[in-house]
Amino acid sequence: MSAQHPGRDAVVAKGWLRAHKWLLMRRSMQIGILAMFLVGPWFGWWIVKGNLAASRTLEVLPLTDPFVFLQMLAARHVPEMKAVIGVLIVLGFYLLVGGRVFCSWVCPMNVVTDAASWLRRRLGLKGGHAPHAATRYGVLVAVLMTTALTGVQVWEWVNPVSMLQRGLIFGFGLAWVIVVGVFVYDLMLAGRGWCAHLCPAGATYALLGRWSLWRVAANRRSACNDCMDCFAVCPEPQVIRPALKALGQQHPVILDSHCTNCGRCVDVCSQNVFRLGSRFNRSEQ
Amino acid sequence: MNVPAKPAANALRRRFLKDVAGAAGGACLLALGATVYARQARALPPLAIRPPGALAEEAFLGACIRCGLCVRDCPYGSLTLAALGDGVVSGTPYFTARDVPCEMCEDIPCVKACPTGALTHDLHDIRKARMGLAVLIDQENCLNFLGLRCDVCYRVCPVIDKAITLEKRHNPRSDRHALLIPTVHADACTGCGKCEKSCVLPEAAIKVLPTRLAQGASDPHYRRGWDEKAKAGGSLIGEQVQLPVRGLEETTVPGATP
Repeated sequence: MSAQHPGRDAVVAKGWLRAHKWLLMRRSMQIGILAMFLVGPWFGWWIVKGNLAASRTLEVLPLTDPFVFLQMLAARHVPEMKAVIGVLIVLGFYLLVGGRVFCSWVCPMNVVTDAASWLRRRLGLKGGHAPHAATRYGVLVAVLMTTALTGVQVWEWVNPVSMLQRGLIFGFGLAWVIVVGVFVYDLMLAGRGWCAHLCPAGATYALLGRWSLWRVAANRRSACNDCMDCFAVCPEPQVIRPALKALGQQHPVILDSHCTNCGRCVDVCSQNVFRLGSRFNRSEQ
Repeated sequence: MNVPAKPAANALRRRFLKDVAGAAGGACLLALGATVYARQARALPPLAIRPPGALAEEAFLGACIRCGLCVRDCPYGSLTLAALGDGVVSGTPYFTARDVPCEMCEDIPCVKACPTGALTHDLHDIRKARMGLAVLIDQENCLNFLGLRCDVCYRVCPVIDKAITLEKRHNPRSDRHALLIPTVHADACTGCGKCEKSCVLPEAAIKVLPTRLAQGASDPHYRRGWDEKAKAGGSLIGEQVQLPVRGLEETTVPGATP
């Protein structure tokens, strides 16, 4: 239960595998999605073409990223139907499972910032200062306004989220500099600074997450022994308290749209306080 | 006096101001960086050619979402998705004619692949594409300009005899032969780059350039006297007195009606 090694008690109590269940599932999903994009250019097996901005799966299913779509609209471009259908499918999916599921289960940047966060914990780095968590909405508004003013998708020149995945699939160029920049920022300057405070793509997905059916609940919160491990691993620690400590709400379901449904709190809790399930299941044990 | 409360309130205020100042400073720096970067990035390098149907560069950069589907569906591997540092806006498609030109597919798969219409879906006939304009840029080394019969650019042109024609000129060096000058016509050239690709010289004498670099523009109020004359069916100012040019009485001026 030290802040440097959260989850140690859980490993003792539940075994390594069960204490890493959601993490392993998440990493498999992230790698699996990337692999589906990569087997095309690598081996000629075209399952998915394109990248996360827009893709075509098995030559029929179009998918479009809502944040990129939004930027395109801000640039006053009227898109073809294909992009519209793609974005509607994606919107529907994330409205159902939780907007920021993209962040923790799909986005390749998550691996980078998780690594930075892990290293920061391990090295016991405390320095730096993260901007306010609402800054990301400021960035989102600024991005859309700049795009509207210039008529050009300015953010896509620097967007680390699209750049990392595109780099892996189509070739990096100097894009790795930006990715390393985010890693160093998260490691040295601001813990969880990028994903939880600045990223406008994450902010867009957070807006989608308000009504999601799939949520984390602290349904065994009476068993909580205040070890703080969940707070140490959570990318958005502020979302836990209302559910776990009954602050401002009675039920144990985490309804904050910033929760990424990553399930890491479920993993690291030695007392099995958390579970992932329906937002309507407000029962407690 | 409530001494202990004051520093706490001050510290809070200081922290808030620091936050705001930091955020504003960061935003300004980011905006400045983006603007400088934007200015450089907007000027597409002259040898990077956009795929067929691409909107004008400004509109294209607003419409293209950098998905690379056009790159994937190009059967000849002509298109590249720019990486950061390539000089082309990162994530946008382009091709370099000298490496792999556009093969002008009849069904235009790159345009069909584009989900947003950054490559406009109004383009149905590839011959109407205007990716750029070929320019015979080096008239000193072009073999045809030297009086030889290379003709390769003319032969490979998918719109042969319309986009590139061979124009006969007098060869003043031998004074007995003709020069057959490859001549590009903007009304038919798609900018596919096959001529640039096949130029036999180590450095191509004919190059595809973005139209804005390749072409001048005539002022809209200009009128060509001979066109107006033909349109009107005769001179607009009545018959002119034809005065002989001293010493040239026996020669005919090229282009003049006898």
